[in-house]
Amino acid sequence: MSVNTLRAKVLRSTGLYVAAFATLAFVATPILFAALGGFKDNQQLRENAFGLPSPWNWANYTDVLAAEAFWRQLFNSVFIALVTTFIVVAASAMVAFVFARYNFRGREGLFTLFAAGMMFPFAVAVLPLFIILRTFELLNSPLGVILPQAAFGLPLTIIILRSFFRAIPGEVEEAATIDGAGPWRFFTQILLPMSRPVLATVSVLALVGSWNSYLLPLVVLSRPTWWTLPLGVTQFQGQYSSETAKVLAFVMLAMLPALIFYAFAERHLISGLTSGGTKG
Amino acid sequence: MTLKPQQAEPLSRSRPAGRVGDKPRRARTGRRPGPVTLAVFIIPALVLFALFVLVPVGFAGYTSFFRWNGLGGLPNDFIGLDNFRTLLADEVFLGDLGRLALVVGLSIVVQLPLAFGLAMLLHQRFPGRAVFRLLFFVPYVLTEAVTAVLFGLIFSPRRGFADALLASVGVDASIGWLSDRSLVMFVIFGILTWKFFGFHMILYLAARQNIPDELYEAARVDGATGPQLFRHITIPLMGPTVRITVFLSVIGTVQLFDLVFVLTHGGPFHASETLAITMYEEGFGRNQIGYASALSIAMFLISLVFALGYQRLVLKRDLQGALTSTEGSKA
Repeated sequence: MSVNTLRAKVLRSTGLYVAAFATLAFVATPILFAALGGFKDNQQLRENAFGLPSPWNWANYTDVLAAEAFWRQLFNSVFIALVTTFIVVAASAMVAFVFARYNFRGREGLFTLFAAGMMFPFAVAVLPLFIILRTFELLNSPLGVILPQAAFGLPLTIIILRSFFRAIPGEVEEAATIDGAGPWRFFTQILLPMSRPVLATVSVLALVGSWNSYLLPLVVLSRPTWWTLPLGVTQFQGQYSSETAKVLAFVMLAMLPALIFYAFAERHLISGLTSGGTKG
Repeated sequence: MTLKPQQAEPLSRSRPAGRVGDKPRRARTGRRPGPVTLAVFIIPALVLFALFVLVPVGFAGYTSFFRWNGLGGLPNDFIGLDNFRTLLADEVFLGDLGRLALVVGLSIVVQLPLAFGLAMLLHQRFPGRAVFRLLFFVPYVLTEAVTAVLFGLIFSPRRGFADALLASVGVDASIGWLSDRSLVMFVIFGILTWKFFGFHMILYLAARQNIPDELYEAARVDGATGPQLFRHITIPLMGPTVRITVFLSVIGTVQLFDLVFVLTHGGPFHASETLAITMYEEGFGRNQIGYASALSIAMFLISLVFALGYQRLVLKRDLQGALTSTEGSKA
């Protein structure tokens, strides 16, 4: 290898790392600011913005963790996300199954109706939803968040599941039918177990969507009983606006579940979150 | 966002055996599902969809023709298109459109190229690239509203972290990051970039990795140089993905709410307001339900016209089963 190509190689990899680390600094600085800031007090935040906390102040984190509100909001977020996911995936799988595997009058029209749901930004519906939920007395109830979220999750979930269900060979169903399985048994005992990967993908989409949801809970849940974490964090900031370090600790703890989930299920999360952008 | 169900077709075209309506049907489903079975499978989704999507959207359309404060039964003060006329003369609404154009423009000129460049970077083989890829996606995983609280503290007017960063490089100033009317949108755009570039980067990276190496090898044998390879292989073959990310970016920006609402509530003096925030303020803040409904219909029409136009003019040949989500991304 000549000196020139070696030099080009070194230059190139130096450039790579400079760009990569610069981006990393851009990405990581705000998060580190939150994580470390939570261990400081307000004076340290002012006078020692960049350094490590000294001394480490655990009170902000322990205060949040000792507060009942944090755990309740965490529970609410998890509960609402799980029920939403269950409802949207179950309802979508059922209807996607008949769309994919049976011929009946009005099938294409019905499917187009669901698919057209993708055209409605959620914000378009939030005002009338509020009025409808008020009429059904679902305001301040978790169902008031769960049902609309599940409904707006239907189009994408149905589209993804339908194309997966279609790709399962007909022979599988023939065999099941010959063994005496009706549609329901074929669906629950054969099709769904075969579809685990795609069910995981759509579940991740629904879970994350619900976990991050802000506008709907903001409108529906005016009483703190059922507040989810995003509502809790914004409210906490309003309440402790002068205690930056405390708010940072709350922010960090609210981010932690998503970060842990990402660390453990990176592949699923990335493929789930980008599935809308790449294919159905 | 999808328009035609047929778009999903190519997947199944290659495997006729799986399709209903093909010959094996008689053999396979000696017992086709009766109407009751069909109903059992369809009704849960249909009821949910009708009650919480179709009815609200239809109701928004209906209400947009009335003056209504949302109380007492149904709206009855029919005013035709007046809400829409008011809208077209409403400076806040027109400002929203301008800010939408600004964010979309900046995204296309700054954010997407940044994401593209980083995808090219991460496509190179070098030690640690998997870790960088993992970390660059982290902001996208975080909740928008929570992110907004964090950046509210970073850009705090009381000598926040951003001011301290500037001071450390010798600029000693207390900048009104979020209170300066001419600055606030750029700060918000910076935060949007932080939050969303990873999403686009991952899509670009996947597209780049789908280009077969043989193409490059063959071109190199023919004497193509690096820039030529990039210009004549990489760019054209990544075209469909680039066009989709532009689409997702625009559709996401039209709906932008959480981040800006938590960060600034659209202030100062509407300087960072978005369509969805104006709609929220008119509807929930001032009980102008009819007017706010007209605004939400305008939002819908903007998305729809853009989506249809873009699909016709730009995506035409790309849409081979490519379904794109409205939730995928903002900005």
